[in-house]
Amino acid sequence: MELFNNLALGFGVAFTPINLMYAFVGCLLGTLIGVLPGIGPLATIAMLLPATYALPPVSALIMLAGIYYGAQYGGSTTAVLVNLPGEASSVVTVIDGHQMARNGRAGPALAAAGLGSFFAGCVGTLVLAAFAVPLTEVAFKFGPAEYFSLMILGLVGAVVLASGSLLKAVGMIFLGLLLGLIGTDVNSGVARYSFDIPELTDGIGFIVIAMGVFGYGEIISNLGKHESEREVFTADVKGLMPTKEDFRLMVPAVLRGTSLGAVLGILPGGGAVMAAFAAYTIEKKTKLQAGEVPFGKGNIRGVAAPEAANNAASQTSFIPLLTLGIPPNAVMALMVGAMTIHNIQPGPQVMTSNPELFWGLIASMWIGNAMLIILNLPLIGIWIKLLSVPYRWLFPAIVLFCAIGVYSTNNNTFDIWMVAIFGVVGYLFIKLGMEPAPLLLGFILGPMMEENLRRALLLSRGDWSVFVTRGLSASLLAVAALLLVVVLLPSVSKKREEAFIEE
Amino acid sequence: MAIKSQKDFFSGLLFTAVGVAFAWGATNYSVGTGARMGPGYFPLILGICMALLGSVITFKSLVVEPADGAGDKIGSFAWKPLFYIIAANLVFGLSIGGLPSIKLPAMGLIFGIFALTFIASKAGEEFKFKEVAILAVILSLMSYAAFILLLKLQFPVWPAFLTA
Repeated sequence: MELFNNLALGFGVAFTPINLMYAFVGCLLGTLIGVLPGIGPLATIAMLLPATYALPPVSALIMLAGIYYGAQYGGSTTAVLVNLPGEASSVVTVIDGHQMARNGRAGPALAAAGLGSFFAGCVGTLVLAAFAVPLTEVAFKFGPAEYFSLMILGLVGAVVLASGSLLKAVGMIFLGLLLGLIGTDVNSGVARYSFDIPELTDGIGFIVIAMGVFGYGEIISNLGKHESEREVFTADVKGLMPTKEDFRLMVPAVLRGTSLGAVLGILPGGGAVMAAFAAYTIEKKTKLQAGEVPFGKGNIRGVAAPEAANNAASQTSFIPLLTLGIPPNAVMALMVGAMTIHNIQPGPQVMTSNPELFWGLIASMWIGNAMLIILNLPLIGIWIKLLSVPYRWLFPAIVLFCAIGVYSTNNNTFDIWMVAIFGVVGYLFIKLGMEPAPLLLGFILGPMMEENLRRALLLSRGDWSVFVTRGLSASLLAVAALLLVVVLLPSVSKKREEAFIEE
Repeated sequence: MAIKSQKDFFSGLLFTAVGVAFAWGATNYSVGTGARMGPGYFPLILGICMALLGSVITFKSLVVEPADGAGDKIGSFAWKPLFYIIAANLVFGLSIGGLPSIKLPAMGLIFGIFALTFIASKAGEEFKFKEVAILAVILSLMSYAAFILLLKLQFPVWPAFLTA
């Protein structure tokens, strides 16, 4: 079996001491930021990107990937113990997880989240390994028109799944696309919107935007809230082991969450957050068994399913990135940046030109998941201590790491001035209820879309119908249109609003 | 006419303004045709779309009652954290790079960390001098070990006039 040969190659790469170490560092950092409310994987990956310059590309990507899926584990700890989502994808875990902690069942809640995540992570990795080869073959059939349509689908997906106003999410995508065009146009060499500032001819760094909007913007908004809104509550955790009854309820929920998460992760625009929401909704719809605790009062299924779903999704969202070179969400957009820094052009050719990187990364995810279950269950005490560190010590450190990270990307203070601007802009976004994640996705896709649009229209001599006359491209656009229609249906849009208000 | 949703009203205006600015800027570059797109083509289309979208959002904010009925107020701005966080970042930049135009020398990373920690801490609700000083020392040691010794990032560590 080719798959096994590939996986063997991957494990050979991932099991070298250096890569094991970086996988561990990534998982540790991921858990850390997952546990800490107010800082997510986006800002952390952006912060650490510069630090990976000196590393070999495989190690760098292994570490960054570890941060992403590690954060999905850590986020549940905070959700259960503090009644706050440590990470956006744990928003729904809070509902039942914290109720379980109040009833003195914090241990089983944490175990359900950890075991569910571990199972889902393993399945997600297998799905990724199995789907990578066939999807890559499809990807080679893609011309510029297909790529353009695929990106449209990805952006529509991001809009549909964004929380809050649809129109504003579309606006944020436009804004991101436009910001992405700043800098030298590859085709004509014209420096667009650079105002004769030499640094701007290279474009705005995506680290600057990610850090300003997600790092500084969030900190300012957090500090603007009163201390009482940042509730801190440390529970005693004793007896991690769930009961037999718990397991009986948990196992089907984990299975449902995993399959749902794996599918939603592949879809462009999907990702961990939406997977968790959808999984919780499904669990809530299934009938309660006799003697089961109702949802919202500490039902273990309400913890296990969304946690499994977000972890499965975080693994499978690597599929579009690794096979098509198209990031399905904002974190994957950062991974595109990380790959380009190391001179790897994301896309179907990665698997053939860098097989050790491709399979090494996949194998490392399985190892990472095994590390995470150890980090998060037996060592839970450490993270509980960490939750008692006051925010007033944390935020200056976060500001410092952002500033250092931004400066070291180009060793240029210009980026520090830019991040200040985007910090203010990011805070404004939060105040105006404009969700910044679609902006970052648009920002990364902007230049790619322009290039593919240009090529497609050049080949068709300016005929726009090329996007609907080519079968593959037409079907991608049809899916995008269908998604939009479904969301705009009055019944669905009402449900969607309800789902997000529950936050 | 009363504004039904403040948040949407102003975000709509923002989209329109930025869209118009980008579209107007795009006309300075050659636009070209579909088959031969110039550098202005794509930004012009995007800018126009965004400006239109912005006006729709603004219009809706005047007409449609927001779902939660709370009026969607923007609320007060957290000026204090905004000021101190951004200031901390700017002072850090000045410490690393200096400002040649007014002959301000680069003070280096360690000075920058102390300045950043003290200014940023002002953004919080409590400010205890001793605690912040300890935090600054810890952060300096950690950063020196991690970024300079371990990762070998290129930073001016000490003030320029001491090392020159």
